[in-house]
Amino acid sequence: MTATANDASTFEAPGLDWRRQIRFSAIGALSCAFIALAGMPVGLDRRSIVYPVLSLGYLSLFWVPFVLASLAGSQVVLEGMGERERDTRDLAAGALVGLGSALGLVGLMILVKNFNLRDPLVNWSPQLLELLSFNRSTTLGMLLWVVLGTTLGLLGGAMHVVPAMVRAKILTVVLSVLIVSVLQTFLTDLLEGFRLEVFTDFIYYKRGGLEILGALLVAVLAIAIPLLVAGRIKGLRARVQKMPPDERSRVNLVLLGVGAALLLVLPFFLGKIANELLANVGLFVLLALGLNIVVGLAGILDLGYVAFFAVGGYTTAVLTSPNSPGFSPELPWPVALIVVVVLTGLVGLFIGAPVIRMRGDYLAIVTLGFGEIIRLLFLSDWLSGWFGGAQGITNIPGVDVGIGTVKGTDPRSVFLLVLVFCGIAIYVSWRLEHSRLGRAWMAIREDEDVAEAMGVNTTSTKLMAFVVGAVLASFSGAIFSAKVGSIFPTSFIMLVSIIILVVVIVGGMGNIAGVIVGAVVLIGVLGGPKQPGLLQELGQFKLLIYGALLVWMMLKRPEGLVPNVRRSRELHQEEFLQDAWLKGEIDEEDPS
Amino acid sequence: MTTTHDAKLTSRVLWVDRFLTLIRITFIVVISVGLLAFVAQQINPQNPFAQWANPDATGLTAPQFKGLLVTGLAQGAMYGLIALGYSMVYGVLGFINFAHGEVFMVGAMSGMITSNKLADAGLWEDAFLLCLLFIVVTSILLSTATAVIMERVAYRPLRGAPRLIPLITSIGVSFFLQNLSVVLLGPGAKSYPTLPSWLSQKRSLVGFQIEGTKLLVLLTAAVSMAGLWFLVERTRTGKAMRAVAEDKEIAALMGIDVNRTIVKTFAVGGAMAGVAGILWGILFRSVIHTTGFLPGIKAFSAAVVGGIGNLGGAMAGGLSLGAAEATAPLVLLEPLGVDGVSQLRDAVAFAVLIFVLLVRPSGLFGERLSEDERA
Amino acid sequence: MNMLQILDLSVTFGGLHALRNLDFHVEEGEIVSVIGPNGAGKTTFFNMISGMVTPTSGEILFEGESLLNLDPSQVTERGIARTFQNVRLFANMTILENVMVAQHCRTHQKVFGALLQTKAFKSEEIAIREYGEEVLSFFGSRLIGYRLNQPASVLSYANRRRLEIARAMATRPRLLLLDEPVAGMNPRESAELTALIGRLRSEWGFTIVIIEHDMSVVRDVSDRVVVLDHGETIAQGSYDSVANDPKVVEAYLGRQVQDKNADEETSS
Ligand SMILES: Nc1ncnc2c1ncn2[C@@H]1O[C@H](COP(=O)(O)OP(=O)(O)OP(=O)(O)O)[C@@H](O)[C@H]1O
Ligand SMILES: [Mg+2]
Repeated sequence: MTATANDASTFEAPGLDWRRQIRFSAIGALSCAFIALAGMPVGLDRRSIVYPVLSLGYLSLFWVPFVLASLAGSQVVLEGMGERERDTRDLAAGALVGLGSALGLVGLMILVKNFNLRDPLVNWSPQLLELLSFNRSTTLGMLLWVVLGTTLGLLGGAMHVVPAMVRAKILTVVLSVLIVSVLQTFLTDLLEGFRLEVFTDFIYYKRGGLEILGALLVAVLAIAIPLLVAGRIKGLRARVQKMPPDERSRVNLVLLGVGAALLLVLPFFLGKIANELLANVGLFVLLALGLNIVVGLAGILDLGYVAFFAVGGYTTAVLTSPNSPGFSPELPWPVALIVVVVLTGLVGLFIGAPVIRMRGDYLAIVTLGFGEIIRLLFLSDWLSGWFGGAQGITNIPGVDVGIGTVKGTDPRSVFLLVLVFCGIAIYVSWRLEHSRLGRAWMAIREDEDVAEAMGVNTTSTKLMAFVVGAVLASFSGAIFSAKVGSIFPTSFIMLVSIIILVVVIVGGMGNIAGVIVGAVVLIGVLGGPKQPGLLQELGQFKLLIYGALLVWMMLKRPEGLVPNVRRSRELHQEEFLQDAWLKGEIDEEDPS
Repeated sequence: MTTTHDAKLTSRVLWVDRFLTLIRITFIVVISVGLLAFVAQQINPQNPFAQWANPDATGLTAPQFKGLLVTGLAQGAMYGLIALGYSMVYGVLGFINFAHGEVFMVGAMSGMITSNKLADAGLWEDAFLLCLLFIVVTSILLSTATAVIMERVAYRPLRGAPRLIPLITSIGVSFFLQNLSVVLLGPGAKSYPTLPSWLSQKRSLVGFQIEGTKLLVLLTAAVSMAGLWFLVERTRTGKAMRAVAEDKEIAALMGIDVNRTIVKTFAVGGAMAGVAGILWGILFRSVIHTTGFLPGIKAFSAAVVGGIGNLGGAMAGGLSLGAAEATAPLVLLEPLGVDGVSQLRDAVAFAVLIFVLLVRPSGLFGERLSEDERA
Repeated sequence: MNMLQILDLSVTFGGLHALRNLDFHVEEGEIVSVIGPNGAGKTTFFNMISGMVTPTSGEILFEGESLLNLDPSQVTERGIARTFQNVRLFANMTILENVMVAQHCRTHQKVFGALLQTKAFKSEEIAIREYGEEVLSFFGSRLIGYRLNQPASVLSYANRRRLEIARAMATRPRLLLLDEPVAGMNPRESAELTALIGRLRSEWGFTIVIIEHDMSVVRDVSDRVVVLDHGETIAQGSYDSVANDPKVVEAYLGRQVQDKNADEETSS
């Protein structure tokens, strides 16, 4: 690292902030060394992305020089100031950052070779060294890293030099290859449903990852498909845009209906694994939609949300299972659900009432406390007469829906059931958001004191958010119970609350579509607290990634991944406004 | 419009309040009945009232009770040390640094590593006090560094953001650090080397039988607390901290470097957590990546109980919370006939937090916050 | 009959007497100005009426009934609405939503109405939307049309102040409390708003209490002026009598009476 610092001072050139490049090199070096020590390269090497040239393990290092170099090259364009011309110096800067990152690994390799710190650092191992040396000699490995790092950094820097079109194409290709590779399980399963195994057999390597030819094919398609259909989609969209509003909303409705119908038939073409995955995703969509009402709309940071999931699950278990230790009415699931909803709503009131007047941050900690208390009570010997303590409640029957039974061994049916309840939750969220209650929630989120002064009874309105959120979580709990067939306190640890929170925040607080996308991407790819996602290999790194993601989102994109409808509407309006103003339709009297 | 509305109006608001009053009363009734039953069973386990509450009432002997109390106080002292960090950061920045529990965990982990290395080198038994000093110092360094980096990377960019944003960020940081420990050091509990036997012996002191370790813990906590008090009350740094806590803008106008003062606040809080980490290691001799979570929450409760922003209060809050959670299961719940009370220790700690916030949200000893943080 | 009657009222913060033994009344249909130097306790006076601050002693009667121990939302429901000196809109909600949410206490639809889309729900929704637009169009074309669905945060400063007033109007009050409504506006805008304040009484039938530093506005709108200093009423009466009261001049300028125009400057 120090070596790079010296080199750079000779480059001193106006316009490019070399100190920033050096800072990024250092960050790159530390990140690489840290990722290696965290065991990602070794732990993830089993999973190929493109067989046999690129594994997830190597990818966990390769992205660092590339991304950091392109980040280091991005600049804030101040209004009224011209943008600096991009030239070869950007390439050099990128290469520098890449080299810095590589040197971090080289340093680590030297250390690993000569010292043994295996005792505290579990990944300080010969395997790590071997992997970092690409199974060759250490010196050759180091050399390779220097070359690779510099090249990747150079490419990262080049992202700013090439025309925007080329950049977009490169990104599309890289992302498509990654996505198609990650989706392997799912796509294989889906295409098998359509009897199209030939295709997946061709592009995928059996034990995970794309074949080289497959990757090339995907790359070609990623470039070709947009070229073929882009014009037509644009035309269609323009046509819809031109329609009168009520006709447009009818078109939207039709599209929505088609989407829903597709989702409903989808499970019939999917195998067990994919359906199981989607069912898990659906359960989290349900939970996230509920928490979105509490956190996203009403602005109440509830860290004990898992409590309602637990109450929903346990109540269902007690009411339906013949093995329930205390009270065992063995009700059918739909009847039990009614009781569950009422009871969870009451628990929502019971937990909500004492905390609702507290300061926002105290409320967060206290709800977390309630979440833990509820889990501890389910776990305790004291109440084991009702809830079975650590042994939990087993033998929970599936859901009898006339034409069949929904139970865990048949993930397709579970997914369909989850889908129905997701539909309900989406409807509820959507209708409430655009109602008197939803507006009051948003007002409280914006400024609680003012909302109160404008006539909103903040206490009861916030409690209502708690109750609605609780009821949505109880749906999820009831389905979970029937799906798994048994229920234990360990399913309801605080981790669940936090992961739901991450899903809501990454998707975009207060934004229904965002929350759904967040759940699909995070739970689908990374997996839930106990449920594996598409990248099962991530295993122990999953939670680390969740934590890092949460911090990164709060720092860089607090509004979430999916741009808020409200915000895009605002941008759209701004354009429209300018057009109108240019045409002289609006007489601006005040200096806006 | 007025008259018909009124009845509805008043009843609408009051039900929550009535419910709250009910909860408060329930809390107090449970506590008093539990205490009465305890007294009754202490007088005579066969006493009808004690029998009514818990047919298997046996009563506690005085040494048992004292033992519980000492255990509670030793843990409480540790909570108090952690609580100082929560309290100081809340006082200065107005947000709950949820990841502070993980700073404590880093301290405990660092102690585990260094003490094991020292034990391998054969120094641990022979020069225990020197080794202790060494592991405390390294732990302080490491946890201070963690706290300072955390502030720089995650919290400084968020200064001035809405209240809940830094809190959510700190949850992320906490999560990240926990799992960082898993991937770097491996999952599973790790243990400290055995303590020298002269330390774990019981000694009698003013009528109490105290294990040497607990004495050591109490002593270390007292020394650290004294050092902190000196720093905050008697030095320029402390003055700057108090000024920044009161009003950042005015402090800046007075020529105080606000950023540096905030970093120092994190550093001091981190150092105290580092000490607490070692105390944890000495008390329990086992540490795992989730070690920071419960003590962290409890320490935050202690800070609230003592009145947030109030340093003496944080220590007192820690001691009372430790004592409460150690004794309450056997003094309140057991006499009430609750089974398996020791499982409910953590639930008791949370219940104390909720109770204090319901009855006296500003804590037992009053909070000290600046203008904008009260809002 | 007095619409608002305040009797012997005090507010203290710690040791600070923000309001001291205050007596005050407003008659139906009046426009009363409250003036006083910075920190005199004017905003505290509004906070106290609207229930955001609890008085230490005294009594507040609105239309003969006590407002003590009511939550701010209940005070609003009784018919008192206010604006804030440091404009506090719901910035991420649209302009229309800002005035719609202010009608919360005049409407009743709950969860089930919204979920089942009942007739009552729909007609209530339409009614509040129409009333909201009506209130907004009181300010000419500035807050309506394409602006309805823009977030409040895109508005100019003067328009935010107007939206604050519109939001207060949307709660359908009988008494309107305006805290420095023209602060930060240019002379033209301020004159225009002064005229609107007159119309608020004549067309909408509001009784108005207004806190203002701008003496020309105070002169133009008020029937009566009350002067606060250090939490106490030091003078009241017509604009002319108050403006020439030596105690008032002293409160504004300190003991040495200097340039009279200086009181204009306090508005900055
Ligand atoms: N919540 C509070 N806590 C403590 N002191 C307060 C609080 N609110 C107001 N004060 C104090 O009460 C006094 C009166 O404040 P107030 O805001 O009512 O003045 P004002 O007349 O509105 O002044 P301005 O013309 O600047 O708006 C001030 O000294 C202020 O510092
Ligand atoms: Mg004021």
